[in-house]
Amino acid sequence: MSEHTEHTLAAKSAKQLNDEMLSSMQPPTRRWYLLVAVLAAVVVWGTLAFAYQVMTGMSVTGKNRPVMWALYITGFVFWVGMSHSGTMVSAILRLSQANWRRPILRAAEAMTVFSITVAGLFPLIHLGRNWTFFYLLPYPNQRGLWPNFRSALLWDVTAITTYLIGSSLFLYLGMLPDLAIVRDRASGWRKKVYAVLAMGWRGSAREWIVYHKASTLMAALIIPVAVSVHSIVAWDFAVTVVPGWHSTIFPPYFVIGAITSGVAAVITLMIIIRRTFHLEEYLTPQHFDNMGKLLLMICLLWSYAYFVDVNITWYAHEPIEWEVFSFMAGKYTPLLILMLIGNSVLPVAALCFKKVRRSIKAMLAITILINICMFIERFLIIVPSLSHKNMPFIWHTYSPSLVEVSVNAGALAGFALLYALFVKFFPIMAVSDVRELGVRHADIELGRAKMHSITGEE
Amino acid sequence: MEKMTSPYKWGMVVDLDRCTGCGACVVACQAENNVAICEKKEIAEGRDMHWLRIERFWVGEYPDVRVRFLPVLCQHCHDAPCEPVCPVYASYHNPEGLNGQVYNRCVGTRYCGNNCPYAVRVFNFYDHEHSWPSPLNNQLSPDITVRSRGVMEKCTFCIQRIRRAREGAKAEGRLIRDGEVQPACAQTCPSEALVFGNMADPQSRVARLSRSPRSFRLLEHLGTHPSINYLKGGGREHV
Repeated sequence: MSEHTEHTLAAKSAKQLNDEMLSSMQPPTRRWYLLVAVLAAVVVWGTLAFAYQVMTGMSVTGKNRPVMWALYITGFVFWVGMSHSGTMVSAILRLSQANWRRPILRAAEAMTVFSITVAGLFPLIHLGRNWTFFYLLPYPNQRGLWPNFRSALLWDVTAITTYLIGSSLFLYLGMLPDLAIVRDRASGWRKKVYAVLAMGWRGSAREWIVYHKASTLMAALIIPVAVSVHSIVAWDFAVTVVPGWHSTIFPPYFVIGAITSGVAAVITLMIIIRRTFHLEEYLTPQHFDNMGKLLLMICLLWSYAYFVDVNITWYAHEPIEWEVFSFMAGKYTPLLILMLIGNSVLPVAALCFKKVRRSIKAMLAITILINICMFIERFLIIVPSLSHKNMPFIWHTYSPSLVEVSVNAGALAGFALLYALFVKFFPIMAVSDVRELGVRHADIELGRAKMHSITGEE
Repeated sequence: MEKMTSPYKWGMVVDLDRCTGCGACVVACQAENNVAICEKKEIAEGRDMHWLRIERFWVGEYPDVRVRFLPVLCQHCHDAPCEPVCPVYASYHNPEGLNGQVYNRCVGTRYCGNNCPYAVRVFNFYDHEHSWPSPLNNQLSPDITVRSRGVMEKCTFCIQRIRRAREGAKAEGRLIRDGEVQPACAQTCPSEALVFGNMADPQSRVARLSRSPRSFRLLEHLGTHPSINYLKGGGREHV
């Protein structure tokens, strides 16, 4: 956090700080209702499209033989990727005691929980017989049948459930002291609800000690889970014999891709929250500068991983692998070029400059472009490989149907809707974390002497 | 080598020199196995339901053009890529070397279809259950499930015929004789390009044919160990 911010934080009273940081929880405005209504309408539209698919059959999608996975699995991988970063960034920054993380934490962690929720829906949506989804769960049944744990899809179910539970706990744990602040400020039935949610937090020294231990522990535990989740999603592809999918670099490559899209999404959300709730004093250009450096590094890593993947295909020139790549580059040339520019060339070139990193508008444009391009990247991994598999006689192309597009739009709106509701009902800024920093940096007077009040290891 | 838990290992030999590409096997398969009848539109979309297809390739430049046919059906791989990926065991391997598909267990993830390098698994994108125009619905085989929408299906080597032959043989206290059972495609093939039998019996016709120097397997390099041996066609041509 910049010197300037610390100074303002120290200058403000506790009430003023609380008021400003909890401004998102004030009674909803007409614009908020309008936003929620629009998002809900899109979600309803997506749900109707899904219902239509359930009633009619998978024929309403664009899939065929051999392209049996397409836009739904693209959506799935995209949202899992997006969920990756929130918790991961927050946990890494917490462990490395980067103080500038404090105002970003909550937004990032909430993003994780909601995007993994959305991602988890896609495997159910894409089933041919959605009503038998419970066959995928290990539950005792009279047939004595368990699901097949050799299947990567079962690993997916396990990993996503673990990550959803873990990241929800991480979010909730970090929110406890803030919920207590909200409880103390609320009245009526709301006070009762927040009292239950705050679990009787009183702010005693012992509670703080336990809280700090628990959140450090959670941060350390959640990182391996996050890495494994996206590795497992990559295994869906890497363990197959499909040309273009069967690649040993996929797990780390997917993890890097996931962090890219996640960090970009965190920045996008930071910009929106900052603008909407007038938090310019808390989310300063310094934060965007730091996040921009992180994004720059990850875009470089992504470029390297992509280069390795393609370079090895090209060098080995294994006929069917090369066929898949040339088909992808030939049929989807504009998408491929856009993807390379948006994920690699543009961010790497632009984020080198401090001016760009500190410009909110430029960061907004770059981060949105990155996420559009990450969606394209997932599509280009999944579809061309299936279109041109080993038997040339039944090569087939794919074009998305209205139903598939609608369901994906519904997923995006669903994520935004969950986020909009969260912002209204829960503190979106990590109030106590930010204030803790303010207190640590404030000067205190001892007699005539003025001393720096930092007590902890900084 | 894996342990033999059954005296049978069903397999097939496809002699490409004998195949004329007439397509009788495709029709026979369709009639035997309640394979759905698809509209022109569905076939154009790549959603045809044939368990067996004749791949046709043009070889050479005009005027020296030849046509080659390659009948492709489920290869009943011994290391089938479709089996481990199924999350619910709908796709499984039975002791007789058949790659089975349990229709009412299938949830329709289509992962098996993606991972099948031969692309012989067909998915019910449309509701074919009630789509047989009368009176064709009266000729549906009662031995076989009419597959519902949203499940994967594929060639079974006419498992219903194998089961019936085995019951007959069991009643007489013997094993199934060579040539006693054959799937509809092999039975119908006018040029006897398709030969079916027990690979575990070294004296069976299919086992003897599979030892031909012309023998090869489709996409052998993937290590799927298919049960179908192809006999190379082309004769004296050098193309």
